Amino acid sequence: MAYVALSEAEKTFILHGVEEDFRCDGRSRRDYRPMELETGLVSNASGSARLRLANTDILVGIKTEIDVPDPLTPEFGKLEFFVDCSANATPEFEGRGGSDLAQELVLALENAYESPLAFDYRTLCLIPGQQCWKLYIDILILECGGNLHDAVSLAAKAALHNTKLPRVTASLLDAGVTDLIISDNPYDCTRLTIDTVPLLVTVCKIGDYCLVDPSAEEEACSTVSIVVSVSMRNGEAFLSGSHMTGGGAMHRDTMRNCLNLGLSIGEQLNTLLAKVLKQEEERVGPKRPKTVGFLK
Amino acid sequence: MATNATIELALDRVDWCALAERQDVLPRVYTPGEVVMPEAGFMRGHGTFVEDENIKASVAGVIEKVNKLISVRPLKSRYVGEIGDVVVARVIEVQQKRWRVDTNSRLDSILLLSSVNLPGGELRRRSAEDEQMMRRYLDEGDLISAEVQNIFEEGTLSLYTRSLKYGKLSQGVLVKVFPALVKRRKMHFHNLPCGASVILGNNGYIWISPPKSQDQEGGEGGFAQNLGEAVPRNEREVIARLRNCILALAKCKLMLYDTSIQYAYDESLKYEAHELLQQNVIYDIGEQTQARLRDGDE
Repeated sequence: MAYVALSEAEKTFILHGVEEDFRCDGRSRRDYRPMELETGLVSNASGSARLRLANTDILVGIKTEIDVPDPLTPEFGKLEFFVDCSANATPEFEGRGGSDLAQELVLALENAYESPLAFDYRTLCLIPGQQCWKLYIDILILECGGNLHDAVSLAAKAALHNTKLPRVTASLLDAGVTDLIISDNPYDCTRLTIDTVPLLVTVCKIGDYCLVDPSAEEEACSTVSIVVSVSMRNGEAFLSGSHMTGGGAMHRDTMRNCLNLGLSIGEQLNTLLAKVLKQEEERVGPKRPKTVGFLK
Repeated sequence: MATNATIELALDRVDWCALAERQDVLPRVYTPGEVVMPEAGFMRGHGTFVEDENIKASVAGVIEKVNKLISVRPLKSRYVGEIGDVVVARVIEVQQKRWRVDTNSRLDSILLLSSVNLPGGELRRRSAEDEQMMRRYLDEGDLISAEVQNIFEEGTLSLYTRSLKYGKLSQGVLVKVFPALVKRRKMHFHNLPCGASVILGNNGYIWISPPKSQDQEGGEGGFAQNLGEAVPRNEREVIARLRNCILALAKCKLMLYDTSIQYAYDESLKYEAHELLQQNVIYDIGEQTQARLRDGDE
């Protein structure tokens, strides 16, 4: 995480605020900062989304490729995550400065998406054992304002929702080599179902209390936080992974509380995101006239 | 356990340009490298350079013309210090006989050991012991309020805190805005009637803290911080609201000074403090404050 210098007095102020359930910006411990979302703004990607959470700015682009499935899982497609920490976010990311953070985010996402119950890899299958879709999910961090995990996972899910896979119309089998024929019409495409796609919720422990959506300053005050990945199945939230960040340790009871908090928040975020994505789709229609983008 | 989370669509993004007072006379913004005017008959000032006998902008901003001097003033820039400015700064390193501090200028500023009041307030030569004790007075990460004493040739600022109103800052919140948005005034320390004290640093760093009682006034010049004492809830609410109001004004690109902040605070009372993070509320606060400021002028 980008380094934020804070004096002892500021940390004390934040700590007391968390104890009072009234944080520096007036939020309670369970509140998120307002977010802004746009999907489909990168015209030359199969799917894209941009999410801005206060000062955290994430751009996700997804490109598709045809690949050979793993021999162990012949019916599964593939996902590959890549996180790039732009030096625009903070000068510390220049050169290889952001690679540790990027690695951490990639691992968290891979961990969350690992289970076939969280992401249905079968939908990416074309010909079992021979051809499958491989999605490259490229995540660009443009600005760091705390709570990267949550923002990245929300943006990734929105981008997956936006992803359009070209429709495969026929396949030719010629001497053991398969050739796929892909529809020429750019609007003739299939979409992914994202109901079960997991979201990450960072539950941050400050003092004796747990909170969600920490700002960069709050992250600097916390010794340990747990990233809970929450996936929805049949309208019920379940855990698809979790990992701890930071140097501190957590008591068993605290951990259970954190996981419960993460699950309940994750469920609400999932519902909210689904609602917003549906709303956007209704408003822009299938042929998107123009995008809002970064300016204005 | 309900959460307050909102995801807005970029389609609904607020158009901040609509806040401008008169739409027909929006100032022309020059981008870096754009030709401002031919060189002949003009002098080039800050934010410009000469190429191919034309004056070109080197920053993104609006043009300022004083007789024949042409300069381009950027909105977004680092702090350019002037002697006598009040600044809020953060210590980044303890060095030999001085602290290196961050003031949001292009170069790090310095605070000499000889330009601080030592605890106890006695005036004496700084001994070797004082040098060893430097970290006890100000450590890395600590925030101070100070005044610009001197500007060195290369542009480094030298600060001083040898007055009782300056010194180490205790509990509170730091807000960062563009330096250009802080209006230069006689007073930069304010005890606002809403019940908080604010230091408007010329460098764009704004410090909001609980109000100080009169007898405590001198205490700040030293290095005392009472960290054991929690700020009561009502003061905390005022501070959070002020913080969000100042950020809202900055987002609307309105100048920051005691009156504008107080107006914004008054207008914000109809919302909850955490609602002030939302775009449409920010826009409303900006609009109302601007209207009240205009009424005040007339």
